[in-house]
Amino acid sequence: MTDHQALAADLVVDGLSVAVDGKEILRGVDLTVPAGEVHALMGPNGSGKSTLAYTLSGHPKYAVTGGTATFGGDDLLALPADARARLGLFLCFQYPTAIPGVTTVNFMRAALRAQGKEMPAREFIRRLNEEMAALRIDESFRARYINDGFSGGEKKRAEILQMAMLRPRLSILDETDSGLDVDALRTVANGVTRLAGPDMSVLVITHYPRILEYLKPDRVHILNQGRVILSGGPELATQIEREGYEPIIGPVAAEAGASRTSLTGVVAEAQA
Amino acid sequence: MTVQAHELSKDYEYGFHDVDISVFRTEKGLSPEVVAAISDHKSEPEWMLKFRLKAYEHYLKRPMPTWGADLSGIDFDNIYYYVKPAGEQSRSWDDVPASIKNTFDRLGIPEAERKFLAGVSAQYDSEVVYHNIREDLEKLGVIFCDCDTGLRDHPEIFRKYFGTVIPPNDNKFAALNSAVWSGGSFVYVPAGVKVEVPLQAYFRINSDNMGQFERTLIIAEEGSSVHYIEGCTAPNYSSDSLHSAVVELIAHKGAKIRYTTIQNWSDNVYNLVTKRAIAHENATVEWVDGNLGSKVTMKYPAIYLMGEGAHGEVLSAAFAGPGQHQDAGAKCIHVAAHTTSNIVSRSISKGTGRTSYRGHIKVYPKAHDVRINVRCDALLLDEESQSDTYPYMDVNSPDVTIGHEASVSKVGEDQIFYLTSRGIDENEATALIVNGFFEPFVKELPMEYAVELNRLLALSMEGSVG
Repeated sequence: MTDHQALAADLVVDGLSVAVDGKEILRGVDLTVPAGEVHALMGPNGSGKSTLAYTLSGHPKYAVTGGTATFGGDDLLALPADARARLGLFLCFQYPTAIPGVTTVNFMRAALRAQGKEMPAREFIRRLNEEMAALRIDESFRARYINDGFSGGEKKRAEILQMAMLRPRLSILDETDSGLDVDALRTVANGVTRLAGPDMSVLVITHYPRILEYLKPDRVHILNQGRVILSGGPELATQIEREGYEPIIGPVAAEAGASRTSLTGVVAEAQA
Repeated sequence: MTVQAHELSKDYEYGFHDVDISVFRTEKGLSPEVVAAISDHKSEPEWMLKFRLKAYEHYLKRPMPTWGADLSGIDFDNIYYYVKPAGEQSRSWDDVPASIKNTFDRLGIPEAERKFLAGVSAQYDSEVVYHNIREDLEKLGVIFCDCDTGLRDHPEIFRKYFGTVIPPNDNKFAALNSAVWSGGSFVYVPAGVKVEVPLQAYFRINSDNMGQFERTLIIAEEGSSVHYIEGCTAPNYSSDSLHSAVVELIAHKGAKIRYTTIQNWSDNVYNLVTKRAIAHENATVEWVDGNLGSKVTMKYPAIYLMGEGAHGEVLSAAFAGPGQHQDAGAKCIHVAAHTTSNIVSRSISKGTGRTSYRGHIKVYPKAHDVRINVRCDALLLDEESQSDTYPYMDVNSPDVTIGHEASVSKVGEDQIFYLTSRGIDENEATALIVNGFFEPFVKELPMEYAVELNRLLALSMEGSVG
């Protein structure tokens, strides 16, 4: 371990503004996740959390209108999604997309090959089996088509499985806790915790503080109306759990309600 | 995103062609004299000459089909209807002429044979030049030869069944084939014999402007089973070629026939094929039909479920690249009670390519307890590509359960994003989605054909994105 060079790198987002279909969702986000740390991004519905996740990962629908985002000094915004993934970014989708006809095994091999992380077949299968066992995913999923007919919980586990196989340097978890029961949440959170550390930073996006009891963030940021309005230690999450968002952001404004509607539309469309 | 119409031609892997070494060919165009010359050259019995001449009359009388794809580009007067290559039919690879061998080498036939082929019957131009049957099949009484040999050496069986499933007056192209047919496969499986390994044949067009009119006849006697598989590639020429085959299958009581085709004609070929099967009591017929390439394909494998308990399956996959029209589908005709059929169609269109699903389901009044399932899915790769569906159902029995599902989808931005977010580039992401879409079809193929199909798909997909 002493000779091991840590793989994670700093994510620096500076003044990032993003519009979707002409409507501005992010309005100058400033956020730094130093290498190897776990940060939480919280905020009410419609605050722009998922937009930030998609934008950092390179979804073509999200138009950057201002600001910068770098990872380990590389300009993320200049790269297509696949190049960002090859830099070590991983998005754990809130709503993973089904790809009928493409098995988990074939998909994982294609992704590893694309990232220059190919390994001999025997080692690949051994690792896949290990990771699946750790996440309590049934063996039959190896031959199942990615996310095709998976339940909500199965999709989330499969996302963490991909993370474990691909070993990214920064994972962005987009509301990974939504729709999970307590046991599934613990399994998934343990899967992330096992990987988090000097080799992988984590930005966990969540609406509820529950998952943070497992992931134990170094820092917590509150996003509201497209801006980070407050940052603090883990106690911030506890405070939100106790008191809700209103003491911090005030009564939820009509405008936030409007942007929430618009974002829900975008996300629904993104899943379709 | 715009794709040149001849992009595929440039990339067409099998677009090489040999020096023309034909020793006999008829004049261009068709006449009773040409038909008689073909029959005479093959030293056929009188009944076949009469059959051909009568079919020629039907061909003249029958109208051009106008309900489907655009066939106006076919110039019937500019086609050689019969070309015989040099060399007699050979059984040993060593006897095959070098240039022909070169062609087959590039198609990979000998390698395939070494692996597991029961027999190889490869059609080169209109005549079978290479043919091999494994000895143990012959011992079982299985006949696997070209159709001309079938006529010559097995006249009783041949005449009993030839033209009974698809009569010469069935349609214009079946009539044309009946008049000028040459080559193709003749398969006879005696009662109770299960042929464990697939019988394979490669078909190829080599001469410019030469129509290929092969004829295949497969008979499976009671309780027998056989899987016949053919793959077709054609070299590429500047003028249009015509391929019009007739395939007849007869599955007797309790027999099973699977007929697998992967066609990859070059993009100037009109591929107009009539395929029909008869399934008797408790028999099963399965058509597995993959269509890539060609300029126009019209092909609707049919199953007549004549006996109680008969079952039919049609599984088809089509890929239409720029300028191509794949008009394919299936027909299941339920004549008897307790019959079932299942049709699964998958098609992909790219560039100005167009796919059509054309299906015909018919249930006769006395056919009760009939179950039918139809599912057709189309995938469009870009804004220019198109797909349409023409399901036709003619149900005259009250006791029928029909399931019909159809879908048309585009390769979704979010599917692409999901795959690219894992580091896979956009081209490969599209290829993965396309292969995944064909997966229900591909998984039914023997391994080497599955590999070949995926390779051909990858070739067809090149440059399709960005």
